[in-house]
Parts: sequence; C-alpha cells; structure tokens
Amino acid sequence: MHKTLIAVLVILFFPSVAAAHLVTTGLGPVYDGIGHLVMTPEDLIPVLALALYAGLRGVVQSRRALFVLPVAWFLGGLLGVFVEGLPELPVAPVSFVILGVLVAADLYISSTLFTAVVLIVGFVHGVLNGVALREGPGVLGLIGIMATLFVIVTLVSAFTVSLKRPWSRVVVRVAGSWVAAIGMLMFGWLLRGQG
Amino acid sequence: MRTYLSRKGLFPGVLTLLVYLAWAQTAWAHVEGGQAAGFITGLQHPWSGLDHVLAMIAVGLWGAQLGSPALWLLPIAFPMMMAVGAMLGLIGIPVPGVEIGIALSAIVLGAMILGEVRPKLALAIAMVGIFAIFHGHAHGTELPEGQSGLLYSMGFVIATGCLHGLGVALGLVHHLPAGRLALRGAGTFIAAMGMFFLWRALV
Repeated sequence: MHKTLIAVLVILFFPSVAAAHLVTTGLGPVYDGIGHLVMTPEDLIPVLALALYAGLRGVVQSRRALFVLPVAWFLGGLLGVFVEGLPELPVAPVSFVILGVLVAADLYISSTLFTAVVLIVGFVHGVLNGVALREGPGVLGLIGIMATLFVIVTLVSAFTVSLKRPWSRVVVRVAGSWVAAIGMLMFGWLLRGQG
Repeated sequence: MRTYLSRKGLFPGVLTLLVYLAWAQTAWAHVEGGQAAGFITGLQHPWSGLDHVLAMIAVGLWGAQLGSPALWLLPIAFPMMMAVGAMLGLIGIPVPGVEIGIALSAIVLGAMILGEVRPKLALAIAMVGIFAIFHGHAHGTELPEGQSGLLYSMGFVIATGCLHGLGVALGLVHHLPAGRLALRGAGTFIAAMGMFFLWRALV
C-alpha cells in the first residue's frame, strides 16, 4: 500500500509541460506534428477536401494524391523551417474555396492539373506548417504530419471511392459546398481584419 | 506472476490508475482563447432567429418536393451564396432591404411549397441564391469580439446545412398522400410567418 501511496503522490505533484501556441502532446516532436495537423482546421479541412475530391475522381487520382501530397507538404515544410522572412499569404481561404468548389461541382480536371493542385496545396500549407513548427518540433514534426496526411488521404479517399450510390456522392458534394462557403467567409473575415 | 495478477495484488495498481485518470491536467500556458466559443456561437446563430430557421427549412422542403437534382442542388447553392452575402457584409458593401429580402424569402419559398410550384431548375437555384445573399448579409457578419472567424464560419455553415437537411428529411413525407397535404400546410405556415416578418420589417 505504501508503494501505491508513493506512486499516487508522485503523479499528483508531477508538473505537466506548458504548451505555448503549438500543440504539445508530451510524446515527442513527431506526435507534436501530428497534433498540430489534426488540431489546425486551416490545414485539416483542405486535406479532407482534397482527399474527398481525389476519391470522387477515382482510384488512380487517389493513389496519386496519397504520395504526392505528403511529399509536397514535406518539401514546403522544409522551406518553412529553414528559410526565414517568408511572406504571410492567405493560403487557407484560397484552399478552402478552390477545393470546396472542385468537390461541390465534382469537376473533372486533367491528371496533370490534378497533380498540380495537389502539389501546390501541399507545398503552400507545408510552408506555413514549417514556419509554425520552426520553434518547436521542427523537421521531426513534419515527419509526423507526413504520416498523418498519408493516413487521412488513404482513409478518406478510399471511403469516397467506395461510394457507389448516387445520393452518397451527393453528400460528399454538399460537404464540398460547405468548405467553399467557409472559405468565402474566411476571406471576408480576413478583409475585415478578424480572420 | 499469479500473485501479481491476484485481486489483492491488482487493486493498488488499478487505484493508482484511476486516481491518475481522474486527476485534472495542470494549466496550459498561452492556450488560444475563444476557439471553441467561436464554433459554438456560429453553430447556435442560425437557430437564434425564426426567420432564418424557417427559410433554411423551406429550402429543404421545396427541394424535397421538386426531387432530384433540385433536392441536393438547392442545399448546395444556398450556403455558397449565403457566404457571398456574408462576405459583402464583411467588406462593407451594403445590400439594400436586407430584412425585407429575408421576409420575402419566407413568403416566396412558403408559397412555392404551398402551390407545389415546379419552375425550371435554373430559376429555382437563382431564387434560392438571391435569398441566400440577404440571409448571409444579415447573419454571417455577427462574430463576437475575440472569437475565431474560421470556427464561427464553420459552425454557421454546418448549422445552416443541418437545417437544410432537416427540411429535406421532413420533405420526404411528400411521397405519402397525407404527407403532401402536410407539406402544403407547412408552406402556408412559412408564408404566413413571412408576412409577419415583412410587417415587422416595414413598421
């Protein structure tokens, strides 16, 4: 019983780590990167929208997004981590609107253009993540983000590809319209200085 | 091993684990404030005004009456055009007669449901889109100070979409003979409420 009491006292008085802006999981930089992605809707929602769009476009494009997005994100992240003085651009609202409209309209685009969209979205969001992670988990955090992106795109795009009933694809398109609407509102908030 | 796993040996460990799980974390420094509040505020906002609620549900009801593809095109068009209206409001571009436009949306959409009117798809989308601009202009810009614009927008759009979904779900009674009548009754109620909103906007 004494051992239990000592263990309880140690737990009660053991301080937690303070978290300043970045998500600190306490499990190391890789998990901090994972936490950063899943707790940042500016990044997470475009990833989900992109995965939905890849799923709507079919198996080939989904597989392409699966590998291109994490790599592009990582390269952008490296730039953000190591290069200082990068301009701050309203990346998230643009991503929301473009990807939301693509999903809502279920728009067909060529493979080249699709790859370009995935590359650009991944790279610019990666740069922003890199800047955010510079003072914290750094490159190891980016590796966590890459792994999470791979998992999210795999699950979401595979699920979307499996949707065969017309109404289920409609639900995906409605979700896309919501993403686009949120993006347009974000533009408004940004222009108003409350973004 | 057997001794360790016995009830007597396991109890201290379980007790320690329970105490640890029940113990609150210490404070986090510099936690961002207002994030969850922004989402909840946005989520609550569309439900706070009867004019907005009735118009959202009416869009879903009318879509269900018209059937596919209006069934899903109207609920797609509305949030996007509503966001355009909100953006106009946010950047300071005035839209004349916002309250009148909102009241008219209830009157016209209610009348469409009452009369089971089936215009061309493009016309139906245009009507819903124009009304959505008024709703967005009036309701999309009311972010309380210190809350996240993104999360407020997410909550606002999700709640609006859920109201459309509710309208569509209710509108599915259209396939039943008594349901058609009930739906027309709902249209009458929405149009009558629209008249009340119009009177309130004009007086």
